[in-house]
Amino acid sequence: MSQADLSIPFRRRAGRAMEDAFLQEALTIATTKFIGLRREAFDAFPEGEGLRDRAREIKEATLQHLDRYLEQLIGNVERFGGRVHFATTAAEARAVILEIGRRAGARMAVKSKSMATEEIHLNEALEEAGIVPVETDLGEYIIQLAHERPSHIIAPAIHKTKGQIADLFGKELKRTVPADPEALTQLARGELREKFLQADLGITGANFAVADTGTVVLVTNEGNGRMVTSLPRVHVAVMGVEKVVPSMSDLMVFLAILAKSATGQKLSVYTTLVQGPRRAGELEGPEEFHLVLLDNGRVDQLAGPLREALYCLRCGACLNVCPVYRQIGGHAYGHTYPGPIGILLTAMLNGPASVKELAHASSLCGACADACPVRIDIPRMLIELRRQVDEKRIAPWIERVVFESFGWLLARPLLYGLAGRIARVLQRPFVRDGAIRSLPLFGDWTRTRDLPAVASRTFRERWNELERETPR
Amino acid sequence: MTVMRASLMITCLGDMFFPEVGVSIVRLLRRLGVTVEFPQGQTCCGLPLFNSGYHAEARRVAARTVALFRDADHVVVPSGSCAWMVRHEYPGLVGEPELARDALRLAARVYELSQFLVRVLGRSEFHSTVRGRVTYHDSCHLLRGLHEAESPREVLRHLAGVEFVELPGADECCGFGGSFAVRLPEVSSQILEKKLRHVEATGAACLVACDAGCLMQMGGGLRRRGSRVRALHLAELLDGGRA
Repeated sequence: MSQADLSIPFRRRAGRAMEDAFLQEALTIATTKFIGLRREAFDAFPEGEGLRDRAREIKEATLQHLDRYLEQLIGNVERFGGRVHFATTAAEARAVILEIGRRAGARMAVKSKSMATEEIHLNEALEEAGIVPVETDLGEYIIQLAHERPSHIIAPAIHKTKGQIADLFGKELKRTVPADPEALTQLARGELREKFLQADLGITGANFAVADTGTVVLVTNEGNGRMVTSLPRVHVAVMGVEKVVPSMSDLMVFLAILAKSATGQKLSVYTTLVQGPRRAGELEGPEEFHLVLLDNGRVDQLAGPLREALYCLRCGACLNVCPVYRQIGGHAYGHTYPGPIGILLTAMLNGPASVKELAHASSLCGACADACPVRIDIPRMLIELRRQVDEKRIAPWIERVVFESFGWLLARPLLYGLAGRIARVLQRPFVRDGAIRSLPLFGDWTRTRDLPAVASRTFRERWNELERETPR
Repeated sequence: MTVMRASLMITCLGDMFFPEVGVSIVRLLRRLGVTVEFPQGQTCCGLPLFNSGYHAEARRVAARTVALFRDADHVVVPSGSCAWMVRHEYPGLVGEPELARDALRLAARVYELSQFLVRVLGRSEFHSTVRGRVTYHDSCHLLRGLHEAESPREVLRHLAGVEFVELPGADECCGFGGSFAVRLPEVSSQILEKKLRHVEATGAACLVACDAGCLMQMGGGLRRRGSRVRALHLAELLDGGRA
C-alpha cells in the first residue's frame, strides 16, 4: 500500500493496511526488533533515565527563549559564511530552495534523509522546476523508486519486505538481484555513487543546530549524509525552528539518547557536524551553505496546547511501541508524520480539524510517552485535540449526543439506575449464559468479542444485603 | 487499634457488568478487618467523557464524585484506569478552588485494589480457591499512569496453589482503550488477538487483570474464541479463600 487516500475514512484505511499480509509481516518484524534494541540499549545505560530528564529540561528552557537562540544561531552560521533563510510556510520554504537551486544552475539534487523536506513536499517542487531529486538514504531511495512516501520517521521503507525490495529493484533498475539485504545495498550503492558526483545541490535536514557555534548536526548511519554535505557545490539544510540547541554540551545530552531511542545504537554510525561552507585552505565541502529555518505552524504552538510536541527529536520510538502503529503502519495515517507523535505534528501543521479521526487513533495506552526520550506526554495532547474537535463542533452530531447524554445521566443516579434496569430488560433476547454474542447497534463490539450482559443484580442493588452480611 | 475504613468506588463497569468483583472486594476487605462503606449515588468517574474530550461533562461528574467521597478515609477502586482518573485528572479538572482542594485530598487517598492491599494494608499473602497456572496483564493506566507493576504480582506470587507465570508482552495494551474499541473495532480486535495468542501460549488457566475495561475486552475475546482460559479480576481470585 502506498500513500493513503484521505477521502477514504481512516477506519477503512486502517482496515486495508491490516489486510496487507506483506505489510503485517514487515511491521511485526521491524517494530519488535526496534523495541528490543531500544530496551537493551537503555538497560545497559543506567544514566539514560537522568539524561532523558535533562534533555527534556534543555528543550523546555530552549523553547522558552527560542528567539534568542535562533538569533545566536543565525549570527554564527553567517559568521562562518553560511546564509540563513526563514520560511513561515511550506510554500515559502520550497520557493527559497528552488531559488537557491536556480541560482546555482542545478539540474540534480542529492538528498539525505529529511522529514522536514517531506513535510514541505520538496521533491515534487524540485521535479517541476527541472531539478532531479535523488534520495540517497537507502530506505528513502527504495520508496522514491516505488513512488511512495515514508511510512516511518526513521525507517521510511519499514513497510516493505526484502522480497518486495528485490522485485522493485529488478523492475526499476532492470537488474536481477537476490532478496538479500547486502546485495540490495550494494546495488543501490553503485547506482548512487554516480549521482553524488553529478549533483549540483546537496539537500539535508538537520537533527540539531548548535546556537553558540553555528553548527548543523546530522545523525545518519549510511555515510550518505557526508557525501551530500561535502560533494555537491551547494548544501542546503532544512530544519524546523525547534531543533536549535544552545551549546555543544547540550548536544551531547541529546546524542547520548537519540540513537538509543531510535535504533538501540549507542551512537549512530555517523554524526556529521557542519559549520558553514568550505573555508580557504580546506580540501572539501561545498562552496555555498544555506540553512532554511522552517516555521510552518511551529511558532504558533510555542504558546499553544501542542507545545510539548516541539520537544520531539524524531527518533520514532513512539511509533515502534504504539499498538495502533504496529497494526496499521505509517501510510494509513495519511500524512507526512505517522504514529502518535505524527498525529500531534499533523495537527500542528494543518490544524485540529485535520486530525478529527486520527485524534482517536490511539487507545491512550501511554506506551508512546514511556518510550519518548524527552517524555512528551502524547496521550494528554491527543485528549486535548479530541477536546478541541468536540468544542469546535467538528465531531459528528450523533457522537456528541451520545456523550452529552451520557454525561447528563451520570449526574442523575436514580435515572442512571433506571437506565441499567431498562438495559437489562432490552438485552434479554440476546443474552446467552451471561453474555451477548451479537446485539443490534453494538456490532462494532460484538463482531469479535462477547459483551458481558448487564448483571441480573447490579452492585448497587446488592449493597443493602451485602451491608448486613457478617464477615465469614 | 483504630478501625480502618475504606470506601468502595465501584465504577460504572464494575456496578453493571462485574458486580461480583465488588462483592469479592467487600468480603475480602472485611476479612482483613476493614470497615467497608459504599457512598450512595455514585455512577462513573467520568473517564470515558474525559478521554473522548467531553471535558465540561467530565467536570460535572468529577465534581459530584469528589463530593460523594469527601469523608472517605481511603477509596478503593477495582480499576486502575478509574483510580488514575481520580488521582491524576480530578484535581486539575474540577474548577472551583474549594472543590479542587477536596479533589487533591481525594487524589491522595485513592487506591486501585492491589495497591490498597499491598501498600496500605501491608498484606500480600492471601488464599485462593483457584488452582493452577495464572498469568497477569498489566493494565495501561495502572502500569504507566499509576506506575504500579509490583503490587498485583506480589499478591499473585504469594498465592498458595497458584503458579504465577509472566505473560509475554504483559505491558502491551489489550486494545480496549474505552471508545477506541468501538471507534476502531478492527484495530482494537487485532491488538486483542495478539494479546490472546500470548495468553494462550502461557498455558495459564486464568488471566488476571486489575481493570474492568481490560477484562471486558480480553474476557469477551476469550469467550468468543471458546478459550478455556478464564479472565478474572484479582478480587475474584482472592475471594472464597481465607485472608
